[in-house]
Amino acid sequence: MTSRSLSEDKPIGVIGAGNFGSAVANLLAPHRKVLLYARDENLVKRIAEHGENRGHKMHPNIEPLNDMAYVAQECDIIFPIVPSAHFRSMMKKLSVYLHPYHILIHGTKGFDIQLPEKESIQNTPTLSRSQVKTMSEVIMEESVVVRVGCLAGPNLSKELAAGQPAATVIASQFNEVIQIGKRLLRNDRFQVYGNNDLVGVELAGVLKNIIAIAAGALSGMGYGENAKGLLVSRGMVEMVYLGRALGGNTKAFLGVAGVGDLVTTCNSSLSRNFSVGYRLAQGETLDQILKSTDEIAEGINTVLIAKKCAEYYKVRAPITTTLYKVLFEDLTMKQALQYLMRYPLNVDIDFL
Amino acid sequence: MEVAEKKNKNKRYKPILDSIPDWPVYQLSKNRKEFLEAVTEHAFRQAKQLRPTTKQLLDELEATVYREQQRMKRNRWRVDPQDEVPFWASVKDELVSLTNKTSDEVQSKADDILYKIIHRYAGEIAGNFKPSSYRFARELVKFWFARLLNGARVKKFGAFFRNKYTLRDKIHIVGKVKQLRKLAKKGTVIMVPTHFSNLDSILIGWVIHSLGLPAFIYGAGLNLFNIKIFAYFMNSLGAYKVDRRKKNLPYLETLKAYSTLAIQKGAHSLFFPGGTRSRSGMIEKQLKLGLLSSTVEAQRNLYLKSQQGETEIRKIFVVPVTLNYHFVLEAPDLIDDYLSVKGQDRYLPEHDKYGSWQLLQFLYKFFSKGSNISVSIGRGLDVLGNYVDDEGNSLDPHNRIINTRDYFVSSDEIVIDKQREDQYTRMLSQKIVTEYHRINRVFASHLVAFVAFEMWQHKHPKLDLFELLRLPEEDLMIPYEEFRMVCKRVRKQIYQLKTEDKVNHATHLKGKIDLVIRHGLENVGIFHLKRPLLFNKEGNIITRDLNTLYYYHNRLVGYDLEKFI
Repeated sequence: MTSRSLSEDKPIGVIGAGNFGSAVANLLAPHRKVLLYARDENLVKRIAEHGENRGHKMHPNIEPLNDMAYVAQECDIIFPIVPSAHFRSMMKKLSVYLHPYHILIHGTKGFDIQLPEKESIQNTPTLSRSQVKTMSEVIMEESVVVRVGCLAGPNLSKELAAGQPAATVIASQFNEVIQIGKRLLRNDRFQVYGNNDLVGVELAGVLKNIIAIAAGALSGMGYGENAKGLLVSRGMVEMVYLGRALGGNTKAFLGVAGVGDLVTTCNSSLSRNFSVGYRLAQGETLDQILKSTDEIAEGINTVLIAKKCAEYYKVRAPITTTLYKVLFEDLTMKQALQYLMRYPLNVDIDFL
Repeated sequence: MEVAEKKNKNKRYKPILDSIPDWPVYQLSKNRKEFLEAVTEHAFRQAKQLRPTTKQLLDELEATVYREQQRMKRNRWRVDPQDEVPFWASVKDELVSLTNKTSDEVQSKADDILYKIIHRYAGEIAGNFKPSSYRFARELVKFWFARLLNGARVKKFGAFFRNKYTLRDKIHIVGKVKQLRKLAKKGTVIMVPTHFSNLDSILIGWVIHSLGLPAFIYGAGLNLFNIKIFAYFMNSLGAYKVDRRKKNLPYLETLKAYSTLAIQKGAHSLFFPGGTRSRSGMIEKQLKLGLLSSTVEAQRNLYLKSQQGETEIRKIFVVPVTLNYHFVLEAPDLIDDYLSVKGQDRYLPEHDKYGSWQLLQFLYKFFSKGSNISVSIGRGLDVLGNYVDDEGNSLDPHNRIINTRDYFVSSDEIVIDKQREDQYTRMLSQKIVTEYHRINRVFASHLVAFVAFEMWQHKHPKLDLFELLRLPEEDLMIPYEEFRMVCKRVRKQIYQLKTEDKVNHATHLKGKIDLVIRHGLENVGIFHLKRPLLFNKEGNIITRDLNTLYYYHNRLVGYDLEKFI
């Protein structure tokens, strides 16, 4: 059938030419033509001229451009990968061009929050689920697209670029989205799993950022592997509790996007969240750290939001709450660690 | 004292299709035989797809026979066909005789048996719409309702034959009536009402008629056909029978096929997506997805056919409806069922204590006293749960027009994807639940029941629900002043919710709070032997039946009003 073969040739859209966006574009490019959207026109020119972006050598199948309408018109399948802070405004622009046949698979690990006008995230006392949204929920709210999925897992852009073995999870309530994701991303060095708990997987991907900061802090204080083992396992428990309060299932946290991603980020000095924790432990303040980086560490916002959600849903989240105090209330990492080591609760696992 | 209810517009609507032969439901029953064949074919194909191997099919058939025989042993009804015992015995024999056959023979024989069962089920389910008895039933209902109403209310000699009051004075229809009438001309309407009482079926039948719409096909619980009066009306109004005792795969597929094909043929349909009457008195939160999925499937098939160049596309519109009562006849029994199930999980058989006589008594009381019913018609939705405009266009939240066909498209073509459509059905059901809560009309009686029960709960914070319900009724009393304050507070919040478009309320809820409370107390569960809520001699609030009060209270659960007690 002609129409079928035509659409098999349709390009795939990637929105956002950041680090991970470029890596995903490169994963897709061997299978299909990719239209890579970047907000900055100069960046588009640079990528087109040099075939390179943020240290990624871009595949020749990738066409960088600056025209959202064109991306939506040419592509049925789009991967939006932009920081959570800009995600909603990006969706607002994109949604004008979207139709119910579009499939969106996002790769953003962060929350979207909406506050009443006069409040800022700092001074609002608690946050409930009606104000905190995952990216898939933002997509559904802002557009008519319903076939939504997300990409989560231990995917450090640099290792992906180097062609090292890795895996990811495509989560969606629609099997067809999972199948498409698998078909488009899978290769000899990249394994793709499917999961139907979209929100659970998204939450796992977001909440692990908190533990990543804590891991960086432990490393910054010069502690070794015992401490890290302690952190990963207790961090996991905390993620499950928070995740369940926010509408995910326990299972998602035990998979590639949960434990898998957690172990990777806690061991990797490449991750932004990790380095935030590391530098905090070295005695720098949050302001100093923020001034010296250009890419956003999602984890800082995640700590802020998760702490307020924990209070709303009355979930015990000691690691999150102490990190919050370090980031925003002048507690030092040393004191924080002391506090956590004396924390009275010592049941190992009580959620299965 | 009567609290003024804003005068109903009391409008008579012209029929949108003039003569009965134009009605889709009539077309359906005229070609009954062909239609049943088509249903059987369709269900047979679906069942085969779900049980592709011979082994799976045989297991399914055996399970079906076993369950049917168990059902006949334990729970037979008057409406069950006479010949069903020998029929199932013969099916069993045929299955047993398959043991020594070759696999090819087994497959073809098993197919035959499946076909036979489905064909039988299709015959059981199918309705039988007859224009003559439809007209007769309609006139009968109108005539007797009018007699009852006038005889009961006009206190004059010869009142019996007056026509001062009509049903429209008792039953208020509010909401998107005009849109509904337009949509019924443009496409196929699926009406999905909340379900609280057995009377709902008759009530909604009257509503459909009085809005000038052609008869809808109903999915009515087979248990209702045990009651003779009901059976007569339902049969003549185009009802098809849903037997909730049968949960086997061939039956469920047949039922779905019946609904899907009827919708595809353009027959306006009605079913109660909650499945059974709400036992707790709460507005349904969980809907049954089976029949709902037939709307999604039918819409997809229509698009698919149009892609193959067949027919014009009829769009399907889902219209949520809530029925609001002061009084539910079966309330005490429903809540007992609910509590016993909640207390300990056990099977609960359908039982209907209310025969024809009790119904007539109820109707007499209903017409002679103040209790009113209101029916809220919701905004039309497409099968994905998007609002539609009066022209039938689906709209996104920013009021941009959406092409519904696009939801079924992959790579530029309509594709059948069962898992996707299951998900769509879930989305639709969530939307319907939200709409129910939004168009629900709060009555004074709901308000007082909710406030009183919550206040008692509040006074005994340590008791769980069951302990609370076990408190002796004599010990419970709320001073009027206290009650009044809380009612006022909760009412204010209901106003607030209304401005946020999250609920609706009856006009009688406005005005002086004392009057509203009196109105509420006079009407809440008005015809029960033991009144759920009343004044004592000192003018304070007491109850005679806490369980039933709990039932009426539940109507307002789900709006987070508990905080305002």
